[in-house]
Amino acid sequence: MVTADAIDIQNVRFAYPRNEGEIYDHLNLKIKQGDRFGVFGPNGAGKTTLMNLMTGLLYPQEGSIKLLGHNTATRNKEINKLFGFVPQELSFYKELTPAENLHFFGAWAGLDGNTIMKRTRELLHILGLEDVRNKQVQTFSGGMKRRVNLAIGVIHNPKVLFLDEPTVGVDVQTRHAIISYLKELNNNGTTLVYTSHQLNEAEDLCNEMALIDEGKIVAKGSINELLEQHNTSSLENLFLKITGKSYRN
Amino acid sequence: MYKLWASILKDTKILLRDKVGLALIFGMPVLLVIIVTSIQNSAFQMVNKNKLTTVLCNKDTGAVSKQFITALDKVGLLNLIPVPASNNEKDIKQLVREKGAMIAILIPPDFSQNVHDKAKNVSSKALESFGLPADSNNKHVTSVPVTLYYDPVLQDAYRFSIEGAIQGALQLTGSSETLKQLYTSLNDKPLPDSTERELLGSQSPINEVPLSRNQRDVPNATQHNVPSWTIFAMFFIILSLGGSVVREKRSGSFIRLKTLPTPFWIGLLSKQLTYLVVTFLQAVIICCIGIWLFPHIGLPGLKLPTDTLALLVVTIACGWCAVSYAICIGVFAETQEQANGFGAMSVVILAAIGGLMVPSFAMPASFHTISKISPLHWCLQAYYELFLKDGTLANVLPNVLSLILIAIIFQALTLWGLRRKNLI
Repeated sequence: MVTADAIDIQNVRFAYPRNEGEIYDHLNLKIKQGDRFGVFGPNGAGKTTLMNLMTGLLYPQEGSIKLLGHNTATRNKEINKLFGFVPQELSFYKELTPAENLHFFGAWAGLDGNTIMKRTRELLHILGLEDVRNKQVQTFSGGMKRRVNLAIGVIHNPKVLFLDEPTVGVDVQTRHAIISYLKELNNNGTTLVYTSHQLNEAEDLCNEMALIDEGKIVAKGSINELLEQHNTSSLENLFLKITGKSYRN
Repeated sequence: MYKLWASILKDTKILLRDKVGLALIFGMPVLLVIIVTSIQNSAFQMVNKNKLTTVLCNKDTGAVSKQFITALDKVGLLNLIPVPASNNEKDIKQLVREKGAMIAILIPPDFSQNVHDKAKNVSSKALESFGLPADSNNKHVTSVPVTLYYDPVLQDAYRFSIEGAIQGALQLTGSSETLKQLYTSLNDKPLPDSTERELLGSQSPINEVPLSRNQRDVPNATQHNVPSWTIFAMFFIILSLGGSVVREKRSGSFIRLKTLPTPFWIGLLSKQLTYLVVTFLQAVIICCIGIWLFPHIGLPGLKLPTDTLALLVVTIACGWCAVSYAICIGVFAETQEQANGFGAMSVVILAAIGGLMVPSFAMPASFHTISKISPLHWCLQAYYELFLKDGTLANVLPNVLSLILIAIIFQALTLWGLRRKNLI
């Protein structure tokens, strides 16, 4: 039996309706199940657009995007049960407590009350939020808010987890805790698709990566292979070697 | 169902933790309805019970001016404060300020003689027309005006009422004098007081009947204001609901919800149900205040319409329209400031053109059509039909259907806006 790829992007063309020019033209990308896949690129390269295409927030004008074998273009909401999304913005209700946020998003993820309670206990424990479970999130530090943002994305045990800059603006301890938890999730079978500007962190977390620039995949493979292939010692050097040193808007 | 329940729980908790929003939703309308009803009730009573302090300067020494003052006093509209006849116009202005009066009446020095001459003139003409002998030396008499000074703050409606009262008293005084002249000419003796009273006091009384469907009490400030400000309060939820929609959009929560396996209409339905309950509670609270608190603070108590089902249907229709409008504004506003600023201003404008501030019948003709685009107009018409005319569900059905149509338009605009912004 052939296992479907976590993500299978075939000949995708995408352009924003009111913008001139295409963001992606004939984009092809496969991410295998179980991968810890990093999507990197300079500002404006199209990382967030790619993430939005993969999560069904945007739909391609041509080509297909399959998530675990399901075409996202069908707009079937059942597909959404298969993946979780941790956006860069702190996308939750600051007036609610972490437990209340998890209850609401858990229900929207299709979980029943008992499962939500169980998962809420687990996640608050793992992410160190047990003591503040009944405090409004608006009173939290940046790092605590990031952990709440992550917990919401994984409440329903998704098979694929999309993470857009999950550790931006957090201290070393929080970053370490988040990365450790993401590795643990991956060990339990969750595919991670991750974007970040923290290349040291990416080097630690990812096993596969794609480097995007101006709507094209300019490098793809395992991190070790790519470093060897381009004769560089770090992801940052590889990044600069391929995408150049000039400013990007 | 569990998703809807979780959403309602979330929306309710967010609402309950928004203390400022709650104060605006519940506190402000309660204050508004108490203050405006008290003021308007006082204004109603000014015409009926309360007397307007009036400085009276009588420069005339004759009997007619005294009769005129008595007639004016009997109208019951003015609390007359006599001041010495030696005062000039400047002194009168000063006295108006000192006495805290809004108006002053100046009776000219030759008032009695003028009225007397006019009466004699009229009576001679009357006798001539009857073919009876009359004084042929009559000449044209020019009227000497009574002067009314008024504070510019005094609104036209009150000034016209006072003018009407003065005209009435002048009419009565003139008629009395003419009658006396006629009687004396015909009978060579003065008119007896009893005959004068009988002749002058024989006007037909006015029987005032409100055009309600059954015989209810005369409408008062409470019956007018409670419905008006309940509607205003319902639409003012825009400050909480519109802002809440903007916050969810800007925080990225809408986008996150889009990635979850739940249709977005559950979120919209949850907000509508939660805030529909809020609008219903607003109506209940304001009505309770009208029924139980108003009589304790000297205001007329609110009388609920007989058709309770109609009241329920109208309240739900108004609430749904208000909620739909607030969500629609929230979807199109880019920032919370935009939603609050535009929301509040637009509700005030819609209230004004809808007849909440100035009655529709008093508006220019062109506004009669414009007022129909305001959902608040249909809400007000429906409530007035129930509270003032004691109408039934059948009577308010056209208004309810109009409200439902307007709410559907707002819902359609909301969906279009959400799709356009790629939020659903």
